[in-house]
Amino acid sequence: MTDRPEDPSRRGHSRRRFLTAAAASGAALTGGSALAGNPKNLPPNVPEWTRVLGDGVATRPYGKPSRHEAHVIRRDVQWLTASRESSVSFTPLHELDGIITPNGLCFERHHGGIAEIEPEDYRLIVHGLVDKPLIFTLADLKRFPRVNRIHFLECAANSGMEWRGAQLNGCQYTHGMVHCVEYTGVPLRVLLAEAGVKASAKWLLAEGADSAAMTRSIPLGKALDDCLVAYRMNGEMLRPEQGYPARLVVPGWEGNVWVKWLRRLKLGDEPWFAREETSKYTDLMESGKARQFTFVMDAKSVITSPSPQAPLRQKGFTVISGLAWSGRGRIARVDVSVDGGRNWREARIDGQRLDKACVRFYAETDWSGAELLLQSRAIDETGYVQPTKTELRKVRGVNSIYHNNGIQTWLVKPDGEVENVEVS
Amino acid sequence: MSKCRSSILILRSARSARLEGWPRARSAPPPFETPPSAAPQGEARGWLWPLLVVLTLFMLFEIAHATERKLDIGRVATPQEIAGWDIDVRPDGQGLPPGAGAVKAGEAVYMAKCAACHGEFGESAGRWPQVAGGAGSLKSDDPVKTVGSYFAHLSTVFDYVRHAMPFGDAQSLTNDELYAVVAYMLFLNDIVDEKFVLSKETFGKVKMPNAGGFYDDDRETAEKSFWNPKPCMTNCKPDATITGRARVIDVTPDDKGKRKSVD
Repeated sequence: MTDRPEDPSRRGHSRRRFLTAAAASGAALTGGSALAGNPKNLPPNVPEWTRVLGDGVATRPYGKPSRHEAHVIRRDVQWLTASRESSVSFTPLHELDGIITPNGLCFERHHGGIAEIEPEDYRLIVHGLVDKPLIFTLADLKRFPRVNRIHFLECAANSGMEWRGAQLNGCQYTHGMVHCVEYTGVPLRVLLAEAGVKASAKWLLAEGADSAAMTRSIPLGKALDDCLVAYRMNGEMLRPEQGYPARLVVPGWEGNVWVKWLRRLKLGDEPWFAREETSKYTDLMESGKARQFTFVMDAKSVITSPSPQAPLRQKGFTVISGLAWSGRGRIARVDVSVDGGRNWREARIDGQRLDKACVRFYAETDWSGAELLLQSRAIDETGYVQPTKTELRKVRGVNSIYHNNGIQTWLVKPDGEVENVEVS
Repeated sequence: MSKCRSSILILRSARSARLEGWPRARSAPPPFETPPSAAPQGEARGWLWPLLVVLTLFMLFEIAHATERKLDIGRVATPQEIAGWDIDVRPDGQGLPPGAGAVKAGEAVYMAKCAACHGEFGESAGRWPQVAGGAGSLKSDDPVKTVGSYFAHLSTVFDYVRHAMPFGDAQSLTNDELYAVVAYMLFLNDIVDEKFVLSKETFGKVKMPNAGGFYDDDRETAEKSFWNPKPCMTNCKPDATITGRARVIDVTPDDKGKRKSVD
């Protein structure tokens, strides 16, 4: 395949300089497969790393990615928010494959910074309309029967900056408020049953222990269906920025309800209309009225490569790759278009196709160097078809901020560079 | 699915608990063993097997049922423990603490602890949320969502300030300061006059301007057209032309220089 895509932000990086130089001399696209490198390391020479012993075991007690992958990081958009404590960072989707997001790359959204909780001092209180209010330690949570579930988590504001038109160049920024992780935790229904839910209870309030003490109201039906109180992600304990030591997992629903640093669950007979379900995370329509409790994330997809941060470097055989997900269940099919949605063909979904989880799709093509208008369209098992941005704006206007799942278009230019565009 | 799994788990734990001589969980059923009425192994008659299967299924069901009821994990939370964290307030006033605060007292709290970010008149300083004004803007191209223009319930602002404000010094206000600063924000939004005192008693009398401004999620009916059994595959529209480009706006973080607000 082509060489590793470059991150345009890495000024001063040697390969970047090489590419810039190559582009300047009119050779951005290479004909062969070998792009650059140090001839001393190339055959027939014996490279440096073969002649010397490397680091032994335990020099890296917690393994990190290769130093050559140091640019594969979460990034933020500083002008978006007033402070970094109440802000968001984005998953570098263009650098990832498969469906599982590595823990250190899962996007972050905090409302009051990262709470650093002492595990010994962690407590979860379950109270309200229950037979017996209970308090649990972390050790208690780990004693419960547990399950493992792979689910996507998407912020309702993912793609929110694109309502009024193409704005950010890179799927990290346009779609990077999503990740997909295997959670280990206690089914919420088991935890609630321990306290005994009263018949009059209809809603559940979940509250975080962070400086925002964020709260959301969740209908009891969902709480008793597939929610978890999770303490592990991808096998290891939750990262602090993902809610260590315990968070709520609310499969298929907007990320804001997946309360991190979970400290309290209160059962009640009505929703609470907390700030995050009134002032925020409500969808303002053209009429001036707003939809509330829009929990479910509609089916959505994005081509992660090529994309503005992952341009094409070679003509010929090319793998178009992307992610799709739906809050309503499994992804049934993903279609890909190279002509801006005029004609479609079914992409190949590779790997697991799980309920309310990301799927990875591929569409192989021979790229002649002609301009492409790349799109992907997700269809879920309920028959929901990801709409175009035009269709979406027709029913929602452009003021709703949240739940923008419109079809993304990438313009691939003859030089292989990719731009975020909108089409007729 | 998880019901089955947890029943197996309980089955095992009940067994090992018995082996190790621990007391069995209160409502945990007896560990699975051959019923006393069954014939010794190897001598079971044909009619006994269906009975065994039925008995086993019945016990598994009972175990699963028990799992969802009591495992005796955790302990009872004391009223004192709950009181310290139970700070939510509902639209009907449930959860309001004792106390009261006047607009005038609230002005002092607001100027000292809120104005630096939210502006002296609630107009916002920089990118921090605007908390006053914006009346009549929700249908415009630039909707301004504030306590006055957008919040449907008074409890929402009270509950939020109680949980999370002042930013960086959360849960530091006294109840009286809390009532007062919320009263002042209502005053900034022309919802109450300068003599107003907010308390448990006056809470229910405040009318929020955008109280009728919300409706429950109706996507499955309003956006029914997005469910399409046969989405178009070929010649779906005329040739696509480019109508907008991100590069024109140029606000991607790696592009130094321009910094534009979007929402």
